[in-house]
Amino acid sequence: MVISVKKSRPTEGEDIEIGLLIEALYQRYGYDFRDYSRASVKRRIMRRLSLDGFANISQMQHRLLEDAEFVDTLLQDLSINTTEMFRDPDFYMALRKKAVPLLKTYPSIKIWLAGCSTGEEVYSTAILLSEEGLYKKSIIYATDFNDHVLKKAKAGILPIEVMRGFTSNYQQGGGEEEFSKYYISDKRSVIMRGALKKNIVFANHNLVTDGVFGEMNMIVCRNVLIYFNRRLQNRVLSLFTESLVRKGLLCLGSKETIDFSESAHDFRSISAKEKIYEKKQ
Amino acid sequence: MTFGASRQKKKYMKKNNKNSVRAPFYKAIVVGVSAGGFEALNTILPALPADLTLALLIVQHRPADADSYMTESLNKKCAITVKEADEKELIMPGVAYMAPANYHMLVELERTISLSTSPPVGYSRPSINVLFETAADAYGAELVGMVLTGANSDGAHGLKVIVEHGGLAVVEDPESAAEKNMPLAALKCVKRGHVLRLEQIAPFISKLALEAEQRENFNTGKT
Ligand SMILES: C[S@@+](CC[C@H](N)C(=O)[O-])C[C@H]1O[C@@H](n2cnc3c(N)ncnc32)[C@H](O)[C@@H]1O
Repeated sequence: MVISVKKSRPTEGEDIEIGLLIEALYQRYGYDFRDYSRASVKRRIMRRLSLDGFANISQMQHRLLEDAEFVDTLLQDLSINTTEMFRDPDFYMALRKKAVPLLKTYPSIKIWLAGCSTGEEVYSTAILLSEEGLYKKSIIYATDFNDHVLKKAKAGILPIEVMRGFTSNYQQGGGEEEFSKYYISDKRSVIMRGALKKNIVFANHNLVTDGVFGEMNMIVCRNVLIYFNRRLQNRVLSLFTESLVRKGLLCLGSKETIDFSESAHDFRSISAKEKIYEKKQ
Repeated sequence: MTFGASRQKKKYMKKNNKNSVRAPFYKAIVVGVSAGGFEALNTILPALPADLTLALLIVQHRPADADSYMTESLNKKCAITVKEADEKELIMPGVAYMAPANYHMLVELERTISLSTSPPVGYSRPSINVLFETAADAYGAELVGMVLTGANSDGAHGLKVIVEHGGLAVVEDPESAAEKNMPLAALKCVKRGHVLRLEQIAPFISKLALEAEQRENFNTGKT
């Protein structure tokens, strides 16, 4: 018998193997990347493949199943950790103008920063809150599913080269203080001041597999949903909806939106351009 | 000018003779452009017809904090829609999607757009190679890759991948390009395709779209 294989795309076999690798990662270790943007996951896997000189994806899958340390490598590859202090300054300006007046009405403020990476966003938020006189009554829960970045976030140490860019971000985002007062520097690195760390709780939380984080006044989750497909975005957005108090605020990344999601009706927009939403009920 | 196309043509004709195999026709064009790009896009995009049957996905290198002014001003001048890509947006014919500043633009297998803040590739974010390589995966032989003016070599590798996946390569004639390095780098990497002067590109795209449409009608029995 002759079986004819319909050849549609040259990489179809490769894509099947990628799917199997992701399935193996989930079944063996519980890390669920099945609903992540496949194009992005594939690029990261192919990069690892060539860095480590695997002959093919199956070989890599074999290694993954045998070697628990390799999982960690792959996890670092798949969790894209790029971040900045006061990234998208206009967003921080909008936080000051639109969100702060609403937060001021609460006696105490609980904020969940989901997908906080190495902490740049957490310290930016802490600085903004303290300048607005809100930090003392706030607690920031900063979470990520990657323990390596959480450890770095906790330490709050940054290479000195990046501070110039961050300072300019800070100023564009409405910061009027001397930025250097927020950290101590030596020749090569800076460390964020202890006072900024006082009301931050760092914790491991996986948005795909872990549950609700209750009674938040504001949730900030920026540049994380872009790595998910629509189905997973819907699930995570409904997790956020459940975790917010009535009239709680949700802040997404500049290129993310709830408009096309199942949660769209639960929110009204308070800054359309900077993606700040208020939960209706 | 066409270079090294004969082999591809022969293969193509052979395929066409067998009724069972459908000839490839193009569904999307990915465009990579850097220095000198505003003028190049201003020449090409306004000359395209509103009922274009192809989608365009464009990476124009620009500063991380660039706003969407360029996209908006192009959109005003064009019959086709020119917009900054939204994440997970379904790719539609007759629309030109620009990669937003400071994000990579990727194409998913289901032909939607993903954006990513992963580190710059070859100093660029958005990177032309990232767009070209993921689009080649998603579109295979139904893709055209175009490398236009620019002073670096982004896009050369991506264009090679497109051709390896059966797609078509178009490179702006280095002689007509405002900056010739990017076209030259692409020509070094790719052995088959078309070299076109800037003013020939829009008519070429319109022609490809027309052929695609005719072939589609033929295949579905419509006239
Ligand atoms: C591109 S960074 C964004 C960092 C920061 N929010 C910002 O905008 O600058 C994405 C972060 O999301 C985290 N992440 C990805 N998937 C996650 C998941 N399922 N649960 C929790 N965090 C996740 C990654 O580890 C990474 O640190």
